[in-house]
Amino acid sequence: MPSALINVPAKATRGETIEIKTLMSHPMETGYRRTATGELIPRNIITSFACRYNGVEIFRADLYPAIAANPFITFFTVATESGKFDFEWIGDQGFSETASAAITVA
Amino acid sequence: MHKPDHSSRRQFLSLAGGAAVLGAVPVVTLRPAEATPVMLAAAIRNVVGAAVVHTGKVKLDVPPLVENGNTVPMTISVVSPMTADDYVKSIHVFNEKNPQPNIVNFCLGPRAGRAQVATRIRLADSQKIVAIARLSDDTFWSASVDVVVTLAACTEEVI
Amino acid sequence: MRCARAIAVAALLIAAGIAASPLPATEIPPAARRSGFSFMAPGTQAIQNEDTANPGMLWVLDGETLWDNNANPAGKACADCHHDVGASMKGVAARYPAFDPALTRPVNLEQRINLCRTRHQQATPLAYESHDLLALTALVGKQSRGVAIEGGTDPQLEPFVAKGHALFMQRQGQLNLSCSNCHDDNWDKHLAGSAITQGQPTGYPLYRLEWQSLGSLQRRLRSCMIGIRAQPYDYGAPELVQLELYLMSRAQGMPIETPAVRP
Repeated sequence: MPSALINVPAKATRGETIEIKTLMSHPMETGYRRTATGELIPRNIITSFACRYNGVEIFRADLYPAIAANPFITFFTVATESGKFDFEWIGDQGFSETASAAITVA
Repeated sequence: MHKPDHSSRRQFLSLAGGAAVLGAVPVVTLRPAEATPVMLAAAIRNVVGAAVVHTGKVKLDVPPLVENGNTVPMTISVVSPMTADDYVKSIHVFNEKNPQPNIVNFCLGPRAGRAQVATRIRLADSQKIVAIARLSDDTFWSASVDVVVTLAACTEEVI
Repeated sequence: MRCARAIAVAALLIAAGIAASPLPATEIPPAARRSGFSFMAPGTQAIQNEDTANPGMLWVLDGETLWDNNANPAGKACADCHHDVGASMKGVAARYPAFDPALTRPVNLEQRINLCRTRHQQATPLAYESHDLLALTALVGKQSRGVAIEGGTDPQLEPFVAKGHALFMQRQGQLNLSCSNCHDDNWDKHLAGSAITQGQPTGYPLYRLEWQSLGSLQRRLRSCMIGIRAQPYDYGAPELVQLELYLMSRAQGMPIETPAVRP
């Protein structure tokens, strides 16, 4: 059961630049490792991460196998209005997870 | 004009295929097939095209000696006012010796406020990391860092 | 001349003898005890310090969900008996492994959780190093964060602490090393590129960068044994519990850091 840890300030002033930190549980199997008997372990990674602020995409990342397990991604955005951040992780083998965080902008 | 006959072409293709397979089959999982500086250059060209890549504006923060190559903290920041007219469109990170030259691409925009991103990456060996930022005026700026990666002292079996 | 040679040979023999016999190494005095945290680079320390950046917390989150889960034959969740995890579990991990009267031997936290499952929830025990068992152990461990370790103070545990101490001092494996050789005698030196720490179990279960996953103290002990080319004890073996117990008594007074991050 994948969990996500999100760090978004609950409150901000209008126009303030805030930092958003996200951590998603995922093994990020590279596709280059082999089992003890020599079989290739198939690739299983998160391929993209996106953040929407009240419906508008403000940040996106394309991930490759070189991203460490349990991907940690931080970025900044300008707090413009109260509302919601929606986060989405999409990956191999149909992986699709979402999370959200509310913010009050005064 | 001398045309190569079918048999030698087939021979060449099977040899090339064989070599590719040989190069990509390690017995130990610790060192899979390596990328090369040529792959790195090709990956950069994919993003940048024929444009010139300037050095500067980009700060690539990676520890010079990593604690463990499996999880290396990396922060990239780009000097930019991040206004509607002058902002960072995207940041692309590449490496030299992992099996693949790409690490991650970030898409930003004027709403970012600050062009700074951080994540944790995997590095297979001591190598060069390159970060390239694309600005709103479609110019490219880059920075690179040489990182030393050592293997853990003791190898372990899976659990 | 013959005298001198005899003395030289004797000196060599004595030196070899010392190398082979189990010299009692000095235990690290309380003032000099250092957590593995202090041996890490600032970048790695930063990963541990922030709860929303620490991957170990992902397991704690899952543990919180499991704490309330009553999908077992008895229909009882941990919460039904223990209520709020923060209140009921505070300080618990700091005094484990603990003596179990029914089994008349110490059990570690993982075994205690499984005993609760079998005795009170009529559920099957969780496999060692399984995601669920790690999640529950991490959840319980985190409630002791900052609490000083008091392992092994129960008088009933004395013979088991002694057994653990003997295991700690015993040379083994193809490399013929004892835990003490590195972790009492050579901590703060380096083995290849890695710092040798004192081996204090302050943060288990912890997120090890090498594993890219959370893992228990027993996993780490088994890995070390494989590293010195010894046959590792099975998970849950009495030897591993005795070693855990000794390590906790050796770390008395040090604060728990669960879930820690280590390289």
